[in-house]
Amino acid sequence: MSSLSRDDVAKLAGLARIEMTEAELVELSSQFGLILDAVARVQEMDLSGVKATSHPQPLENVARPDVVLPSLSPEDALSGAPAQEESRFRVPQILGEAE
Amino acid sequence: MINKTAAQMADALAKGETTSVELTQAHLDRITAVDGQVKAFLHVNTEGALAQAKDVDARRAKGEKLSPIAGIPLALKDVLAQKGVPTTAGSKILQGWHPPYDSTVVSKLKSAGVVIMGKTNMDEFAMGSSTENSGYGPTFNPWDLTRTPGGSSGGSAAAVSSFEAPLAIGSDTGGSIRQPAALTGIVGVRPTYGAVSRFGLIAYSSSLDQAGPFGRTVLDTALLHEVMAGHDPKDATSINAPVPAVVAAAKSGDVKGMKIGVIKQLQGEGYQKGVQTRFDESLQVLASLGAEIVEVDCPSFEYALAAYYLIAPSECSSNLARFDAMRYGLRTGDVDGASAEAVMSATRDAGFGREVKRRIILGTYALSSGYYDAYYGSAQKIRTLIIEDYAKAFAKADVLVSPTAPTTAYKIGEKVDDPMAMYLGDVATIPVNLAGICGMSLPAGLADEDNLPVGFQIMAPAMQDQRLYQTGAALEAALLTKWGAPILSKAPELKGAK
Repeated sequence: MSSLSRDDVAKLAGLARIEMTEAELVELSSQFGLILDAVARVQEMDLSGVKATSHPQPLENVARPDVVLPSLSPEDALSGAPAQEESRFRVPQILGEAE
Repeated sequence: MINKTAAQMADALAKGETTSVELTQAHLDRITAVDGQVKAFLHVNTEGALAQAKDVDARRAKGEKLSPIAGIPLALKDVLAQKGVPTTAGSKILQGWHPPYDSTVVSKLKSAGVVIMGKTNMDEFAMGSSTENSGYGPTFNPWDLTRTPGGSSGGSAAAVSSFEAPLAIGSDTGGSIRQPAALTGIVGVRPTYGAVSRFGLIAYSSSLDQAGPFGRTVLDTALLHEVMAGHDPKDATSINAPVPAVVAAAKSGDVKGMKIGVIKQLQGEGYQKGVQTRFDESLQVLASLGAEIVEVDCPSFEYALAAYYLIAPSECSSNLARFDAMRYGLRTGDVDGASAEAVMSATRDAGFGREVKRRIILGTYALSSGYYDAYYGSAQKIRTLIIEDYAKAFAKADVLVSPTAPTTAYKIGEKVDDPMAMYLGDVATIPVNLAGICGMSLPAGLADEDNLPVGFQIMAPAMQDQRLYQTGAALEAALLTKWGAPILSKAPELKGAK
């Protein structure tokens, strides 16, 4: 039986930038054993020599002629901003005080 | 009028027997009367819909050439951006967002004169199979209001099956169109991957997502399919080829001489008795119409569910990184001195629901170094084997078939605390998404034990979507003769309905 401890889940939540309550961490950790057992079935088959598919289509780069096309106005682009200032997105502090 | 098919409504519009304004108003009235119980809609755009209807009527009066479904009202899954209209993808993190642009699907609907009445409820970011994961509460199945309509496009399916809209649009990443169609007794199609533009479709799992049509008949679904599909330079994965002739196929509906493959792995054990019975009966009907039934073996399908629940969460953990509280959507915890990272983490905790968090964490785990090869890498190889199994099967048969879902609609709350039980409901629909091919669900009757709708799934190779409609139309016509009336006539009357 696979498992993920409460601390494992907390580490992953940190990587995914989701602050979680203690109750959420405990609940997820208790559910993960079952889920991981189910998805780990992908390892049951002999997959040596099988190539990986990342996408259902044979993808190639798609380019268009390099001409200017209409795009969003600054007002439209900022229309959903949680905060704005001088026609720019206002974001919380990225660097610490001393930096 | 609202009980007619979209094709009949279009005919009445063309003959001047009704107007789009009348038709739209009748559906808006129906929404007012019954949506308090069904809760299919998150937002009804009454003014916008009536303005659009008035415009189509004016264009028709001037003698303009219009699309075959111009003036028909439609319900749009809230996963597609519509300019100026609230778009949430069922998530609190997007509450109050008004997109500054139209998705390509919406642009196509608008230029075809299709009237968009509103946005329908869904599992948050399309992650779920019951619409219970919506940040705005569940949608209820019109067949039995204590049951789920399926999901994730449960709102769209419930709108069509409760006659609030003749047509609707959903999206299907692991079965999210076909399964709710099955559970509500309507027709739903997931087109070939790349056939419908994903521009403006809020991404869950980019290599699997595809928008598609719902209708009450195969022909109605085809009429919408033809309008929404087609190449789009704004989507790099959009297929640059003509749209398959799905409307013509839906009108011909002939299976004589066709080879129909039954997938051994997608029936029997794990499937509800009444589901299996209706499926077997439909096969007999197809055989009686002159189709040859063959059995095909797809051994890798046994691992499809496991592969899907690694690939989709992995892609979602990356796609949903865009909800960072910086440029649009919710922002919480933005107090003086709080770092961007702290604001981001607090916002994502407040804005995402349980299932979304579960999948982001699972995806983050599956992609982390040390586990990548064992999980995501293996899942990608299973994906190759599934594609190969389909190729072998399609060498023996023109279309493949299975029940759409292993059970009929289940009770609200029944599986919400047991993620694995919920995931198992996607076992028959997921292989189509992993292979990027197309699939349809259409009603096969009611299960004897609970009198709830059963879905019959048809699958065809990439860009052979017309085969779904050809087969579906033949089965639909034969079943209608057998039943004497459309399946939805057996659904209970909703309170408040006229």
